[in-house]
Amino acid sequence: MTRAFTQHLGVLRAMLRRMFASKLAGFLNILVIGIALSLPAGMYLLLQNAQGLVAQLSGTPQISLFLEMDAKAEDIDRLQKQLAQHPAVAGVDFVARAQALEQLKQSTGLSDLISGLEQNPLPDAFIIHPKPGDAQSLDALRGELAKLPRVSEAQLDSAWAYKLEALLKFGRMGVLIIASLLSLALIAVTFNTIRLQILTQHDEIEVAKLIGATDGFIRRPFLYFGATQGLLGGIMAWLIVTASLLLLNHQLGALARFYASQFTLHPLSIGDSLSLLLFSMYLGWLGAWLSVARHLSQIDPR
Amino acid sequence: MISFNQVHKRYPGGYEALKNVSFDIAEGEMVFVTGHSGAGKSTLLKLIAAIERPNSGSVLVNNQNVGVLKGGALPYLRRNLGIIFQDHKLLFDRSVFDNVLLPLQICGFDHRESGKRVRAALDKVGLLKREKSNPIALSGGEQQRLCIARAIVNRPAILLADEPTGNLDAAYAQEIMAIFSSFHQVGATLLISTHDESVLQDSGVRRLTLKEGVLQ
Repeated sequence: MTRAFTQHLGVLRAMLRRMFASKLAGFLNILVIGIALSLPAGMYLLLQNAQGLVAQLSGTPQISLFLEMDAKAEDIDRLQKQLAQHPAVAGVDFVARAQALEQLKQSTGLSDLISGLEQNPLPDAFIIHPKPGDAQSLDALRGELAKLPRVSEAQLDSAWAYKLEALLKFGRMGVLIIASLLSLALIAVTFNTIRLQILTQHDEIEVAKLIGATDGFIRRPFLYFGATQGLLGGIMAWLIVTASLLLLNHQLGALARFYASQFTLHPLSIGDSLSLLLFSMYLGWLGAWLSVARHLSQIDPR
Repeated sequence: MISFNQVHKRYPGGYEALKNVSFDIAEGEMVFVTGHSGAGKSTLLKLIAAIERPNSGSVLVNNQNVGVLKGGALPYLRRNLGIIFQDHKLLFDRSVFDNVLLPLQICGFDHRESGKRVRAALDKVGLLKREKSNPIALSGGEQQRLCIARAIVNRPAILLADEPTGNLDAAYAQEIMAIFSSFHQVGATLLISTHDESVLQDSGVRRLTLKEGVLQ
């Protein structure tokens, strides 16, 4: 057990020495892998953030029911009773026109402009909280409510969120395709690196085979190399994504102030970060394994 | 320990290196394989290490038919053999010490134990002071001795040497032969191929003489 462990440690040490012997080439490889992985990882991150936003906004879909400007108090009472009894409606809030104007003043910072208005341009409105349902049933409800008497318009507030949700699905597919292609590129990069290493270590491999090295012993340093290079590439990708995120958040902070919003992009979660590192390490290992399987058998000492 | 039984070896292209060769070598025996260049000496040694395979007949090492050994079993056969190659096969990207260390790394010896063994092997061939040098800085005779140190560091039961005195002058050749004799005295089985008549004189060692692939 300890013997096997020290042997692995020795292989790892020799491999790292070799890796650091050609610093520039090694660094360029890691950079290529890092950039290749940072693209899907970054897109994934943006999608995650957009998804968070959508969930936040569309979590409680609402239907806004705007009444005609000349709606009387008894019309409103009647509508309220009607709505409260509707089977697809979970709750109803009434927003009087004066109240709506006051809210508008406070939330947009346009109080000066609003104070200057001669009369209130806003209608009375009901905010309907429908019972949970899919996009279609909500849309049907909206159509039904729009036809009620004294109702001028019904708006499904979350309609755009459903559209965005569909758009996000499209984006996720895009990320998947790009990630697959770039994973292949990563495997190819490692494959080629290992091929060159096997070529330059041809003599060593030949001698090792002649004096009793098992295939596992010969393969091991190359597999370790591939996995380590993949891991370092993954770390590079993580750094690129995180640095880009910080830069974007800096600009986003300035932008969000105009809208009095606190919106910032969330960084990769610990789970996602670990997945990124493990995945890139696995791809490096796989590329090395394929290369070793392909090229080692060609060295047959005579 | 080593037994050839009607061994035939034909290379691709039709060249017949060994024809119907049979012999036995007992444990602890020291044997010279002699003959002109191209007589089949190297092929004979390569068959023992399963670097080449016979076309017919059997090659037994420790009662194991190495001619039909599977690829996965080869490393374990070769760990029991110390091979001194005609072209040395030293690695010039590492020190003398690390060259001798390689067989021990392959077998998975721990660090301290292998350091001791490497120094003992280097001491035996008189290269202890050169352990940090690169093999490229060694003379031909020293490279040959380094190759011997690497072959014996694992303390194999069988030593195979292919033309170990090939292009050395007589004094160096005697030195190398003296090293082999000392291994013979501690019980190793040795098979040494040579065409160097000066080494063979007055040695009184058993000889296998090959002529155009046929054992004389």
